[in-house]
Amino acid sequence: MKETIDNKPEGVRKVLILGSGGLSIGQAGEFDYSGSQAIKALKEEGIKTVLVNPNIATIQTSWGFADEVYFLPITKDFVERIIEKEKPDGVLLGFGGQTALNCGIDLHGSGVLEKHGVKVLGTPVQAIITTEDKGMFAERLAEIRVKTPKAITVDNLKDGIKAAGEISFPVIVRAGYALGGLGSGICKSMKELKEVMQKALTYSKQILVEESLEGWKEVEYEVMRDRFDNCMTVCNMENFDPMGIHTGESIVIAPSQTLTDHEYQKLRSISIKVIRSIGIIGECNIQFALDPNSDDYRVIEVNARLSRSSALASKATGYPLAFIAAKLAIGHSLLQLPNPVTKTTKAFFEPALDYLVVKFPRWDHEKFRRVKKEIGSSMKSVGEVMAIGRKFEEALQKAVRMVNPGLIGLSGNDIPFESLDDELRHPTDKRVFAVVKALEQGYTVDRIHDLTMIDRWFLHKIKNIVEIERELRKNKLSQDATAINTSRLAQTSAGRAGSAGGQDDGGKMSQGPDRDLLRKAKSHGFSDRQIAKLTFGDDSFSSEMKVRHLRKEHGILPVIKRIDTLAAEYPCHTNYLYLTYNGNEDDITIEKKGIIVLGSGPYSIGSSVEFDWCCVECIKTLTKENIPPIVINCNPETVSTDYDESERLYFEELTVERVLDIHDKEDDKGVIVSMGGQIPNTLAFPLSKAGVDILGTDPKVIDSVEDRHKFSKILDQLGVDQPEWKESTNMEEIMRFCRKVGFPILIRPSYVLSGSAMNVAFEEGDVEELLKKAAVVSKEHPVVLTRFIDNAKEVDMDIVAFKGEIMAYAITEHIEKAGVHSGDATLVTPPQKLYLETVNKIKKISKLIVSHLNITGPLNIQFLAKENKIKIIECNLRASRSFPFVSKVYNVNFIRLATKGILGKDIARVSNQAFDLDYLGVKAPQFSFTRLKGADPQLGVEMASTGEVACLGETAEEAFLKALISTGFRLPKKTVLLSTGDIESKARLLESVKMLQEKGYVLYATKGTADFYKMHGVDMHVLAWPLEEKKPNVMDYLKEKRLDLVVNIPKSNEDIELSNDYLIRRAAADFDIPLITNAACTRLFVDAICSLQEKDLDVKSWKEYVS
Amino acid sequence: MSRPAKLILEDGTVYDGYSFGFPKSTAGEVVFNTGMAGYPQSLTDPSYAGQILTFTYPLIGNYGIGRQRKDKHGLPINLESDRIQVKGLIVSECCEDHSHWDAGRSLKEWLNENEIPALQGIDTRALTAKIREKGVMLGKIVIGKETELYDPNKDNLVAEVSRKDVLELGKGKHRIVVVDCGIKYNIIRCLLKRDTRLMIVPWDYDFNQQEYDGLFISNGPGDPVQCAATIDNLKKAMKARKPVFGICLGSQLLGLAAGVKTYKLKFGHRSQNQPCVSGQKGFITSQNHGYAIDAKTLPHGWEELFVNANDGTNEGIKHRSLPFFSVQFHPEGCPGPKDTGYLFDEFISIIEKHKTGI
Repeated sequence: MKETIDNKPEGVRKVLILGSGGLSIGQAGEFDYSGSQAIKALKEEGIKTVLVNPNIATIQTSWGFADEVYFLPITKDFVERIIEKEKPDGVLLGFGGQTALNCGIDLHGSGVLEKHGVKVLGTPVQAIITTEDKGMFAERLAEIRVKTPKAITVDNLKDGIKAAGEISFPVIVRAGYALGGLGSGICKSMKELKEVMQKALTYSKQILVEESLEGWKEVEYEVMRDRFDNCMTVCNMENFDPMGIHTGESIVIAPSQTLTDHEYQKLRSISIKVIRSIGIIGECNIQFALDPNSDDYRVIEVNARLSRSSALASKATGYPLAFIAAKLAIGHSLLQLPNPVTKTTKAFFEPALDYLVVKFPRWDHEKFRRVKKEIGSSMKSVGEVMAIGRKFEEALQKAVRMVNPGLIGLSGNDIPFESLDDELRHPTDKRVFAVVKALEQGYTVDRIHDLTMIDRWFLHKIKNIVEIERELRKNKLSQDATAINTSRLAQTSAGRAGSAGGQDDGGKMSQGPDRDLLRKAKSHGFSDRQIAKLTFGDDSFSSEMKVRHLRKEHGILPVIKRIDTLAAEYPCHTNYLYLTYNGNEDDITIEKKGIIVLGSGPYSIGSSVEFDWCCVECIKTLTKENIPPIVINCNPETVSTDYDESERLYFEELTVERVLDIHDKEDDKGVIVSMGGQIPNTLAFPLSKAGVDILGTDPKVIDSVEDRHKFSKILDQLGVDQPEWKESTNMEEIMRFCRKVGFPILIRPSYVLSGSAMNVAFEEGDVEELLKKAAVVSKEHPVVLTRFIDNAKEVDMDIVAFKGEIMAYAITEHIEKAGVHSGDATLVTPPQKLYLETVNKIKKISKLIVSHLNITGPLNIQFLAKENKIKIIECNLRASRSFPFVSKVYNVNFIRLATKGILGKDIARVSNQAFDLDYLGVKAPQFSFTRLKGADPQLGVEMASTGEVACLGETAEEAFLKALISTGFRLPKKTVLLSTGDIESKARLLESVKMLQEKGYVLYATKGTADFYKMHGVDMHVLAWPLEEKKPNVMDYLKEKRLDLVVNIPKSNEDIELSNDYLIRRAAADFDIPLITNAACTRLFVDAICSLQEKDLDVKSWKEYVS
Repeated sequence: MSRPAKLILEDGTVYDGYSFGFPKSTAGEVVFNTGMAGYPQSLTDPSYAGQILTFTYPLIGNYGIGRQRKDKHGLPINLESDRIQVKGLIVSECCEDHSHWDAGRSLKEWLNENEIPALQGIDTRALTAKIREKGVMLGKIVIGKETELYDPNKDNLVAEVSRKDVLELGKGKHRIVVVDCGIKYNIIRCLLKRDTRLMIVPWDYDFNQQEYDGLFISNGPGDPVQCAATIDNLKKAMKARKPVFGICLGSQLLGLAAGVKTYKLKFGHRSQNQPCVSGQKGFITSQNHGYAIDAKTLPHGWEELFVNANDGTNEGIKHRSLPFFSVQFHPEGCPGPKDTGYLFDEFISIIEKHKTGI
């Protein structure tokens, strides 16, 4: 083939891109980021793009990205049908996580790609297979004399036991092809080995028994290579938690901190050698274990695709890995591509950082019933944040606040531990706080190192924080505050303009130790709130403001620094910024005043990519309206933190303090708080009190809706009904309320010790039990009780309002009855089974609220409907989780409209015709229960899904089936296990069960269920309960995968440890068998599979539906 | 925090910081390096003689200084010369509690033993931007007593850092004369690994009377035109048409001997991430230089071997027909990547070809 160096291969005019589907643990928003970048990169080349991704909340599936979007499952069969229809020349497999990679391997293996002449762009499939097959991988590396852990591949238990004997315990068991280390575990004994192997064998035919490298340093490199064999590493990263803890569960630091040049370069050289040998084209990630006592190493794995780490590396360095990877995939050379950050240098170079970043995982263990809180070799975190600083202490403390806005910093949080030694030895999500506590209690660094194996370097840094904490506690800032007020003012304002001084020589007498201590605390990442709490003893808003005032008078202000990929070596005008106290000069001067948009913060249960979509659409609208958008966000898995989306990007904390700091620098035209979900929403009121102009709905109104008492009063005033509720701290009062309104009662403590926060009590006994187990009840932490309305329909109303008028709205109906958290519910829009009267009442109430509160901007109201009686259960004066869903189903950009309204532009009401569709959308939750060891996979009042998908169809059944398949659900071929709950729900499912029988499904059931249906003429095979010692036992059937589908409807008030039902549900999750736990869903599902087959599901693009 | 001290630049800018090295004032040329690891190697690199070095990476000293050991040739492991070469050190934060299995001393202790002043608490990014905008500047670290500014480029720094005697190392088959203009030890290690016998001579030593198979000209500090003696010797040597390989300053000297002009870069290349291109191949290289060859002045018979992908400056030259070549970057790494380490192999294979060819 004759070609010049930078000619992209001819003939690539249309490219298929596989997305990653619903967000799940191990596969989150980072792939929206990488996919969006890939689309941008191809568009720039004039290449047409076709995207398959059922994740409707993503930015990549929004207007202005791909030429065609298919909200369809990323499975071989669906993708083949799309290929037949679209006839692309090439396909990108590396931008949609493990889902896309696995689908690509399937497409390749079954000959689909070859048959249709679709070329795999970038890393060849054979190279992908080499990296995915642990045995092949080890072999290849041995050939080039690169070390991998001693390991033996086995496909059965017996050989596994033999292998463990050869390697010697502890060993680690790994399943091949598994995303995020699924099914992996460390085994220290034969018993553990057998357990873990059994499970691993259910995920993968091949498993690996390998030497355990627990305690070794874990280091990663991000590597790029073009087809001309130019190869380099963009970034390296070191894990705070050593080997043994999944990198997704670990605090990660970039660049590495404890590696010498020799070690850094040795691992870098090996990275390049390995990647060349495998033949990666584009981007990949390579993980190492490094002996903490020598320079010995092992290569752990290579991810031949964009990954969570590569998204992090992109944000950490400013180098757009995914964008460049896409360019390399279509054939460009690294030497020719410009570095899009600097525009003046080339893509072929390795960024130099003059700061460091700390990634901190976000766990949401409280949301899952019974989940094990230990962190280990498989990933359980649901999101992450990235903090930037010029000291490790600064970045770490920022990260802690970013990941959980309730925390004031690393120290001063009063997190209780039962046994510190245990906690340190067996880490949980609270590990780093246990390290702090241990240091506070006088543990030495060496002792903590022995217990945790965390490198002493990190421990010493945390010790510095603890020591400053001690000094702050001793110091009485408050007493000196007033004395300094007047004398310092003049001096500081002059001092800042003059020298780059951190230290004045004069004036030692007047400043005392406080100013130095304050400066020291700030440079080590202490927040004003934290300082207030440690010195004044409280962290109230007014105390925080007192500290802020004091430090400003001292001239202690953060400076803006720029991320430019080259440590200021060349001039470069990026808009990618952070704030630090370890510097004296701002890198930038603000020229164009803009509007600040607050991002969503970390992905967590209940706050996910949908809020990033809202932010990005808001930013795009601002840009279109010629207003420079300024973004503040701290989540590296987002598109809103892509520097080319905004005028200026502050990768910063979403706290009052930091937003005010940026506001002071920016002198902005206002702040938009209604796009990023709850975190920015709660900042609205304090920010406005501190003088920030909040755009859209009046912050006082936001506050009155957020405050349960105030909102309740408003509803009473308007004559709008709501379920009875009570806030109380008194047990007697609680009981009185329960007796008055009757059970069931929803209990919501405001402070949770362990277990899940929200729960339903069905009788008096439950109330005490739940409160005792879960919560502290005190004056500061009252309990909220709400009457729980059984068998009601739940309806969502998403609205865009302008000056008290509704300009656009979408009504969404929940398939599940009320009681399932709206985030876990299956939604249909337009609604299919609502009475006209119900719809009219909902519209009327919505109008009333919008006009009474004079709302401008997005809002969401949740209603309960039972027998045409409507009650409001929630109202949020911000964009909601379902905004992208309704926007895309109706092809009406709710956020663009809302943003224009917020800007005060006159907007026209969207005509009702827009909401009259001849198709519909169904949104289904994506769960990650398989990863959450021990968690009870059932739906409840607390949200548990980690993501969502949505599909379009002619009927609810069609769209529902597509959506369900999109979440990884496999349609049953033959066998179904039924255990259908209490008598009422059994009866409700009778019709469905009959249909299944008629369709020829082989039905299995537990005793009670079988008896019931037998009475009604349906025969079933009886399986014994898990806790019965009898055979045939349901557990054996699950383990042996003899069941294709499990329907398990929980009985209403069971919460017995290790109940039979729980064991069945858990086994279904562990052995990856499709599970339905809700009666309404079961009915819809049975209707669907009895009327439709997979081949009947239409392959139509978004455009085809909406036009 | 320790004693307050200042960095004062020639344009009068003052940066306040704290002393953590040896408490005396010092002066020199203020330069920066953007490498993120490898401070022991950088600090002992003789090319930094006369300079006050600023690290842009904010945390320096994290892994301490490796235990003092020597390899079989008597060269200290992990260091690039027998002492710290910089006049002073500027960082944002010096790590007090280093952690590494091989660490002997802390950075702070090492600096004090070597009597090298150092400052921390400086906004090194702002300082770097300043140097970048204004060009390399003279400056002084003032700890207590004032001191005068000092311009190292007016001195023959090479004479200061070069060795005074001849050292023979290795027993391999290729005899190589190594001109030490301030050579980094890893260059010696790289050559010794390849079956060589080295005669390491001072910068102004006339080696033309010696029997040798190849000639190597090392890196070193300052302005290349100060090394008139080396250039003269080189000119003579080139007439013998034996293989010559130069690195960094050695590249500039080879160029000057061939007749090119050199010039001072506005801000030198001092980092570990410089992309260099040769034909269709790119390499990430480690660099430390303030002067460069002006490629436009390359005489007939010569061509560019490498070009910097960022700013287009020359990164190496070669003769079209004779066995002379040189690179501006450091193929031996230390600190930094060793992707171009193959150039040492190339030098040896040129020597072998030359031996058999004649």
